[in-house]
Amino acid sequence: MAQAFTKVTAIAAPIMRTNVDTDVIISINRMIGNSVRGSLGKWAFGSLRYRPDGSENPEFILNREPYRAAEILVTGPNFGCGSSREAAVWSLQEMGIRAIIGSGFGDIFFANCFQNGILPVVLDKATIDGLAAEIEASQGAGRLSVDLEEQTVTSPSGIRHSFEIDPRRRAGLLEGLDEISLTLRREDAIRAFQASDRATRPWIHFAGHQA
Amino acid sequence: MDTCGRTLLAKIWDQHVIAQVSDDTDLLHVDRHLLHDLGGSRGLIDLKSRNLPVHNPELTFATPDHAISTASGRAGTIKTGQELLAALRTETSASNIRLFDIDQPGQGIVHVIGPELGLSLPGCLIVCGDSHTCTHGGLGALAFGIGSSELTHVLATQTIVQRRPKTMRVTFDGALPFGVTAKDLILALIGHVGAAGGTGYAVEYAGSAIRAMPIEGRLTICNLSVELGAKMGLIAPDETTFAYVRGRPYAPQGEMWERAVAAWRTLASDSDAMFDREVSIDVGTIIPQITWGTSPEHVLGVDGRIPDPADIADPARRGAIEIALDYMGLKPGAPIAGTPVDWVFIGSCTNSRLSDLRAAAEVARGRKVAPGVRAWVVPGSETVKRDAVAEGLDKIFIDAGFEWREPGCSMCLAANGETVPPGQRSVSTSNRNFIGRQGPRARTHLASPAMAVAAAISGAIADVRTMER
Repeated sequence: MAQAFTKVTAIAAPIMRTNVDTDVIISINRMIGNSVRGSLGKWAFGSLRYRPDGSENPEFILNREPYRAAEILVTGPNFGCGSSREAAVWSLQEMGIRAIIGSGFGDIFFANCFQNGILPVVLDKATIDGLAAEIEASQGAGRLSVDLEEQTVTSPSGIRHSFEIDPRRRAGLLEGLDEISLTLRREDAIRAFQASDRATRPWIHFAGHQA
Repeated sequence: MDTCGRTLLAKIWDQHVIAQVSDDTDLLHVDRHLLHDLGGSRGLIDLKSRNLPVHNPELTFATPDHAISTASGRAGTIKTGQELLAALRTETSASNIRLFDIDQPGQGIVHVIGPELGLSLPGCLIVCGDSHTCTHGGLGALAFGIGSSELTHVLATQTIVQRRPKTMRVTFDGALPFGVTAKDLILALIGHVGAAGGTGYAVEYAGSAIRAMPIEGRLTICNLSVELGAKMGLIAPDETTFAYVRGRPYAPQGEMWERAVAAWRTLASDSDAMFDREVSIDVGTIIPQITWGTSPEHVLGVDGRIPDPADIADPARRGAIEIALDYMGLKPGAPIAGTPVDWVFIGSCTNSRLSDLRAAAEVARGRKVAPGVRAWVVPGSETVKRDAVAEGLDKIFIDAGFEWREPGCSMCLAANGETVPPGQRSVSTSNRNFIGRQGPRARTHLASPAMAVAAAISGAIADVRTMER
């Protein structure tokens, strides 16, 4: 069951690098295994957040006040590209991130966000650059607001930007809908499709178990 | 729209629509669901916790590849890898899912075995919890990577909810120049359109160079679709495709084969089909490619020079190049050829098929890996391994000083204890040169199998055209 999202007003941290891939968001050696959930937040952005000796890198924004408490990320182009690992989203969620605002996201990462109640917001690059500049100028003092009902992002100084979102995704987040339950309500349609498709494309539907 | 022809994407998509979910989003039937050790058992366990059965176990197939050691006897598989393998065995057995286990025929990298076994068919919709699922598009399948939540959804319902992507056609025309491979074509394209150039699109590859290309090259092309941001890449099936698929273990046979091929012949974009974006590449202008940075878009011809941030006006682009050069330990403006390397990795779902190993062996034959370089060859599957051994390719590699290993993902993603040590430089036939991808602080240069061998022999990044026979 996904967490619902309506509105978040919080500290936002700009991470403006281009092409921050999901390997950078969560390293494979931290996410591998079936019982890693709950231990991932500490390792989000590990290669940027920690130095080789394990100490914090003071230059990385999420190691600085007030950004340590950020619940929103403002991101550079193509954030979340690369691997499909949903642990990238889990790790951000575990460190307290609720919304990510950027000019573009990796397609699979984008979908994974919605599955976990995290709102990815797409705004044009100039707006993103403006938001990042405003946050940096105030050294993170202000709060950014992301309102899904109104479909707006409001900068710390009060500038409002509207964003577009797939209505189905919006409804799903607002209500915290579970996609599996929704699809299972269409079980009759799925079975009907399979019966008809078995006649059209019999080579797809193995008669029985092949193991 | 009605007056326009239909794209290959539209034809396959429409055939899989069970229900329209919203204006541009459909519930699609999944024909083949492929599981691997990294996320397969987790999905099955999630399903169990919801008290749901696997909807169609006979359309679901599993193999361990990501987290297993590729050493002889699978020695050194990390503890978590062993646990994931045990869980995959338990959960697939409990759900009656066919598992191609280690040391069994059929095991291998999930994107190598799908086509090889005839599980991946033209017109088929294939998903897997791995972004390189786009590989299977090389056979004319609609194939894409999904996350863990979507994976559980597919297990529970045999369907996936998807928004229809925009369409892009990339036309590769011309004949491949000497020393240029499918890998070089797709790397050059990524350099041209950028790592986000295909985001939101399904990319269809077309043109005379694609039509002339064998299936394994097409799989390599489609494999890197996600590195240009496209979740899906596909190539219209043709006689080359049908000849490849025919006779494979799970391919249709007899009268059903004839019916299938008749249906597959309709799977081409109509001549008047419209695409949202078109890109044309003259392959005659491409030379062997090598990446220099930390994104596949950081790529140049092997005769090129490492970019100099001082030449870049845009501060964001300049900053990105500075970060990449710092990580990679490279000098701005220097020629990329001649950069010393420590490791060479030949393998991965991009370039571990028989034709890749033949191309690599052709350069390696009678030569020696340079002192100080460790070079691995990791075949993509048990079948590739068997066929390569039957041709004596393993012997060529071993004689040249390469290590010949067991099938798996190995050093492509370093999930299995097989890593490039910190600070060391690798030339790799895999798909990602991301920061830390081959191990913490490892430095990766992506290239074709022949280029990787050239680097192993030379001890430095080298132009394979000076070494090919």
